[in-house]
Amino acid sequence: MNWRRQAINAIATVVVYTTAILALVPLGLVLWYTIVKGLPAAEHMTFFTCCHLEHPTGIPGGGVANAIAGTAIMVALASLMAIPVGIVGGVHLAEYGGARLAGWIRLAADVLVGSPSIAIGLFAYALFVAPFHHFSALSASLALAVLMLPVVMRTTESAVSLIPGGLREAGLALGLPRWRVSLQLILPAAAPGVITGCLLAVARASGETAPLLFTTLGNPFFSLDPTKPMSSLPLVVYHDALTPYNDLNQTAWGAALVLVALVLLVNIGSRLVLRRQVKLAASL
Amino acid sequence: MTGGVGLVVPVVLLLILVVLLQQAWPAVIHYGPGFLSAQVWDQVRLRFGALPYIYGTVATSLLALLLAVPVGVGVALFLVEPGQAPIRGAIGIGVELLAAIPSVVYGLWALYVMGPFVYRHIELPVSQHLGAFVLFGGTPRPTSLFSAGLVLAVMVLPTLASVSRDVIRAVPSGLREASVALGATWWETTWRVILPAARAGIFGAAILALGRALGETIAVTMIIGNRPAITPHLFEPAYTLASVIANEFTEATAPLHSAALAELGLVLIGVTLTVNLAALLLLRAISDQPKL
Repeated sequence: MNWRRQAINAIATVVVYTTAILALVPLGLVLWYTIVKGLPAAEHMTFFTCCHLEHPTGIPGGGVANAIAGTAIMVALASLMAIPVGIVGGVHLAEYGGARLAGWIRLAADVLVGSPSIAIGLFAYALFVAPFHHFSALSASLALAVLMLPVVMRTTESAVSLIPGGLREAGLALGLPRWRVSLQLILPAAAPGVITGCLLAVARASGETAPLLFTTLGNPFFSLDPTKPMSSLPLVVYHDALTPYNDLNQTAWGAALVLVALVLLVNIGSRLVLRRQVKLAASL
Repeated sequence: MTGGVGLVVPVVLLLILVVLLQQAWPAVIHYGPGFLSAQVWDQVRLRFGALPYIYGTVATSLLALLLAVPVGVGVALFLVEPGQAPIRGAIGIGVELLAAIPSVVYGLWALYVMGPFVYRHIELPVSQHLGAFVLFGGTPRPTSLFSAGLVLAVMVLPTLASVSRDVIRAVPSGLREASVALGATWWETTWRVILPAARAGIFGAAILALGRALGETIAVTMIIGNRPAITPHLFEPAYTLASVIANEFTEATAPLHSAALAELGLVLIGVTLTVNLAALLLLRAISDQPKL
């Protein structure tokens, strides 16, 4: 009887270990193919120049400089909108939270994180594209800001609540008003965690495609004007992947490689920052 | 000022619902509740029905859950075991990085690598041998319900694994120790004690993952084949709510067409919000429970 139980235990252990390895297979495959198929496109210098229309399909050359600039500008504008509000909101939740309303705000933030990004694209279209009768990068930034806000807020909140109460009490004992304790003592101590949240939000926003479809639309030319349509890396991947032209498919893989490299770099960077936060909070 | 700046979030959430309802209103009035059960999607005669899209959305998401839940729980079980911290840490980070890869990159990979592979090595052989079985019948295609479900399974795996891990970790260690002290093997402890204790939380994780899968747009649009048909065959193309919005919204010229698409968006966000809310409230109720 005993050997049977041991055998079942051994089989189950192998199965659980196998699932853990199985879960990493897609990550490895996606990274491998993105690198193998993307590198040939990205290693040509012309890949980082502009643009498709100067080198039409079939003529070598033509790059994604406009898409890289577009992604950078749109995400930067979205960050300007979402990060200050998110940080102040997160500090508020952690410091003055606990009330019923704070519970509802947390719930709303968690629901918003999980809501479909295409619906947020429709929302931004209705608010900022339809009334002005033209697509604009600014409306895309608004949609991205809606996606970033709950991420920044919730991570700020959890970073701030890691800070031990002693620091807060020391500030209050010195006669500082509560808002100065929050903003000048607690927030700097929680800075690495807050930065992690912002970086994760930036990484998420840079990779989003669905909210851009009806807002910035895409642009084959180089444009730096946020009131006009702009190109972006995810849109280039999406549009060029679905064309029947080999060289455009190549561009899609190249753009995907740039995008993945960017997102993974930010992600891993933010993890290192977070590790510092945990150490810092423990030492306070 | 108890809520402060944070109030922006619920306000935005409400605003999204109100704006979408306002956009969809012409279609809501024109088609009434029949919109949800009609199967025609005719842009010329302006007759629109949501059923094929609802079917595709639900079918792909359920398929994704079916594939991802066992793997996600397995990963969670692996991650909570003590010892070998570097290996477990590396696998944990790897699974979290799965969530960082943009949807469009999954779509690109699925379209050019996974779809053709699945077509040649899974769909064709299975439909040849088990074609009599209705799920595997029909004409296999590289872009299919099955391919979409597979990509979605990969995409929801991080949510499932990390939430299940937290839930399993929260099982009181006294239960585990009591079981081990009685002479149970690791698997007997896991199967008869840990998993039953964590059952409600794992269910919550699955619902949360379902919410993510329902709303996923770009990767699915690229791999599902975009054919508005209600098919029982897994290896045939279908269409989802999010995909038809992504494909048609910028090209909709008739106001009623845009409104119908907005109504699809409203249905989508209504369902995902409900599903998310249910999952979050369930998980919150579990973490508020008194510990043993």
